[in-house]
Amino acid sequence: MTATTDSAPPQAEKRPLARRLAGANTLWIALVLLALIVVFAIIDPSGILNVTNLQYLLIETSVLLVLSVGMTFVIVTSGIDLSVGTVLVFSGVASALTMNALSGGDSTNAGWGVIAVGGVVAVGSGALWGVVNGLLIAKARIPALIVTLGSFGAALGAAELLTGGSDVRSVPTALGKALGSGTSFGGIPNMVLLAAVVAAIGAWLLATTRFGRYTYAIGSNEVAAQRTGVGVTRHLVLVYALSGLLSGLAGFMSLAYFTTTTLTSHSTDNLNAIAGTVLGGTSLFGGVGSVIGTVIGVFIPAVLNKGFVIIGVSPFWQPIAVAIVLVAAVWFDQARRRARNQR
Amino acid sequence: MSTPLLEARSLVKHYGSVEALRGASFEVAAGEVVSLIGDNGAGKSTFIKCLSGAEQPDSGEILLEGKPIHLDSPTTARSLGIETVYQDLAVAPDLDPAANLYLGREIKRGGILGALGMLDKKEMRRRASEEFARLGVTLQNVDVPIGALSGGQRQSVAVARSVVWASKVVFMDEPTAALGVVQRERVLDVIRKVRDAGIGVVLISHNMPEVLSVSDRVEVLRLGKRVARFTAGDASLEDLVGAMTGALVQEDVS
Repeated sequence: MTATTDSAPPQAEKRPLARRLAGANTLWIALVLLALIVVFAIIDPSGILNVTNLQYLLIETSVLLVLSVGMTFVIVTSGIDLSVGTVLVFSGVASALTMNALSGGDSTNAGWGVIAVGGVVAVGSGALWGVVNGLLIAKARIPALIVTLGSFGAALGAAELLTGGSDVRSVPTALGKALGSGTSFGGIPNMVLLAAVVAAIGAWLLATTRFGRYTYAIGSNEVAAQRTGVGVTRHLVLVYALSGLLSGLAGFMSLAYFTTTTLTSHSTDNLNAIAGTVLGGTSLFGGVGSVIGTVIGVFIPAVLNKGFVIIGVSPFWQPIAVAIVLVAAVWFDQARRRARNQR
Repeated sequence: MSTPLLEARSLVKHYGSVEALRGASFEVAAGEVVSLIGDNGAGKSTFIKCLSGAEQPDSGEILLEGKPIHLDSPTTARSLGIETVYQDLAVAPDLDPAANLYLGREIKRGGILGALGMLDKKEMRRRASEEFARLGVTLQNVDVPIGALSGGQRQSVAVARSVVWASKVVFMDEPTAALGVVQRERVLDVIRKVRDAGIGVVLISHNMPEVLSVSDRVEVLRLGKRVARFTAGDASLEDLVGAMTGALVQEDVS
């Protein structure tokens, strides 16, 4: 770099915090979530602010949150990962079968050594699916939609082949007690703590590190990233591997919570994760998004669902309400982009 | 002229049966602005691609400070101090100017956080402000996405990104295309500042008055070969156009 002579010009300042906040999608979506909670709380004060209800709301959302953190990275690169839900199932199955095999067929009374191996298998098999996705997308240049649609089917098929189509029901009791239904710090569910740690690490990684910066750069302009020497292929493989790894972790959490492999209940997890991510302000066109936004976005469908149950509205309204909010969110994003590109 | 900073000798490049370059030569010295002109299809873009590492010539030699070099990728060229400003503005519109300036060359924090990949955004913003000030690029904010800036500001940032990192040569492919008069002058000022810092600037442009006003020398390509060389002070618009169209031939084109 050449030597500098002048000092920084006064006009090149950071904008004040308030103005930056007002310009951020995250603030508006947070206000929507807050408004929802306030409305439900006014209609039925003892309903949504009740500790048990809140605990269930958080636990039920924690698995989806872990998936959505990975999805945020993928969508910021302007990609998509449809395989998260079935990779979750595959990882749970691989983990449960490994723990059973290590315990002579039934891992119900298995100790922490076996559980640790199960955890590694879950995370590792998820990451492996992610690497395969990433290689096909970044190296073979096959559209992410098609690649992950393929692995969406393939992972579920592989899981069913491994289990013969019926759920594995022997899961270590110690795992269920500790992670699935355990609490820490006076009542905070361990599932929620784990999801919060994942979200915090994800937020740090995306917002402050070089890995995160390259994720944004690739989503914003892949050619520009390539020309400035960013290893685009390698980075995309890592991003899909991260999404796979988190799906594997989510599979392990799901196994701990349900103490069964739940083969059939994750076919729309991918869509829920995409919805939560996009609601949280992450742009499907790439280059824009945040993990904090995703955390808020994931809770909007969850709060709508719980709220409708509490105030006695048919829960069938929930997907309709989510759909409206989702379409509106994407519409705002597109309008914003159009306004910008006209300059 | 002493040893040129960057020199190309008889570059040949085929695309299938099409001969884009037929033994094109070129040179640029430190601290001079050389314009490379030619009609559409003369081979300017291919030539620049070969000299910036984006393409490899089929035959011919490229020398940096008198030593033969092999440019197998733009990364290699950059590591040798050769930067390129692309016509299609290779910036990431969702990142702020500082992030674009430092893309691929991020400054990390010290200590364990830096080892984990954490960036020193404050330092990058501070240094970016200094660089923009030095090059006369004025921006209201350094933390808005580049996409929210005007076309001229965006172009200025793209130009600044290349010249800040170039230690030897900068190629600029139509850096003032699509700019207003004021913004165009500003980019030309940047070019002069870069030249005065001792860097060789190679400018591709279709705007002849601009070429004559900013260049020290002009080299003309026609049908994949260099056909003429001018000192900008001695050349007229007619000379340049004549050389481009084939009416005037200085060099051996047989």
